[in-house]
Amino acid sequence: MKAPDFRYERPASLSEALALLAEEDATPIAGGQSLMPMMNFRMAAPALLVDLNGLADLAGITAADGWLTIGAMTRYAALEGSAQVMEGVPLMARALPHIAHPAIRTRGTLGGSLALADPAAEMPAVLLALGGEVVVEGPGGPRTIAADDWATGLYETARAPGELVTAIRVPLAAPGQRFGFHELARRHGDYALAGVCIAATGDAVRVAFFAISDRPVRAPGAEAALATGDIDAAVAALADLPIDGDLHAGPDTKRHLAGVALRRAWAEATS
Amino acid sequence: MAKVSMTVNGAAASGEVEGRTLLVEFLRGPLGLTGTHVGCDTSQCGACVVHVNGEAVKACTMFAAEADGAEVRTIEGMANADGSLGVIQQAFQDHHGLQCGFCTPGMVMSAAALLKDNPKPTEAEVRKYLEGNICRCTGYHNIVKAIMAASGQDVSAIAAE
Repeated sequence: MKAPDFRYERPASLSEALALLAEEDATPIAGGQSLMPMMNFRMAAPALLVDLNGLADLAGITAADGWLTIGAMTRYAALEGSAQVMEGVPLMARALPHIAHPAIRTRGTLGGSLALADPAAEMPAVLLALGGEVVVEGPGGPRTIAADDWATGLYETARAPGELVTAIRVPLAAPGQRFGFHELARRHGDYALAGVCIAATGDAVRVAFFAISDRPVRAPGAEAALATGDIDAAVAALADLPIDGDLHAGPDTKRHLAGVALRRAWAEATS
Repeated sequence: MAKVSMTVNGAAASGEVEGRTLLVEFLRGPLGLTGTHVGCDTSQCGACVVHVNGEAVKACTMFAAEADGAEVRTIEGMANADGSLGVIQQAFQDHHGLQCGFCTPGMVMSAAALLKDNPKPTEAEVRKYLEGNICRCTGYHNIVKAIMAASGQDVSAIAAE
């Protein structure tokens, strides 16, 4: 065992979970597919681990008023097996197989990915491109946060201490809406070196990149260029996008890869 | 320390664990089921794949406490009741789907999960599904062949080099 020891609690209700999360140095665990390696490497060392896997109410998918509400504890494997997601949210359907490996997607959850806000993760960028929402609940009750306001920095979100992600809301695809997704990784299942999601409705185009900054980012210059269908101008506009390098690729490489990904995703969206 | 109880390969199993005890540590240590291997310990390699409530998971990336009350199946539960090799295990032997054998338990458990959802996968589907299981000996060809054979498909045309 490599993680420092901790107190483990598995609440049976949301109110019980929120009470536990109000305690000193408490961390929720959903699928744990990112948090556990972080704990084993001792990058995270919570004193109290609040296991959300007993909260059956937090898993499930419901459609209403043109939106899909997906419970935070819904696992990637369940999303892959959902006709509502496969048909209603094609961009998410395209991105799901790129998340790690099958035996990780059986545990990993959509809410966990949003709560962790890894800058190289697919789902926060999918939500950003779709203009989705994150529902959180804390001692003050539930509130809804727009995807544009969700990630605030490296592994930082608009979630306040003591609040828990309870659901993710995504608009169902409109007739004629087009989508593109592409990511470049060294091996399939690895975190991306650069990736992009495109959602285009008529001349309104949303472009969300991941793995090129401390958080998923929209690219306003590229969006404006793609609104007129000019992919060359969209790629050129990436010159103005702030891009951070990481261990595997510097900013210039990432900018190049972001352009390659954008061309491929746009080709998919317009094919 | 907390008490955990689960069903492992059809038999009741329980023990005292710390919060931080990994499922794979509980299986290999107190339960003595050392067929499940630990390769990378960071959910990259797939040697530790077991089934929890019927789904393939990496046992190095789940706490034993999280499996309290669960139905767990390991490589030791893949043989037939009389001790002879199960269909997938036998196919691995028949098609030389292993060399050193370290990755094999995870390969067999992943293969079983794949065939449960997709009883007749294409070669491409098998290769894609195994992206989370790393073998450093075989080059994968015979592993893929074994899984195709275990699904009852003709594998004579699949290259063995």
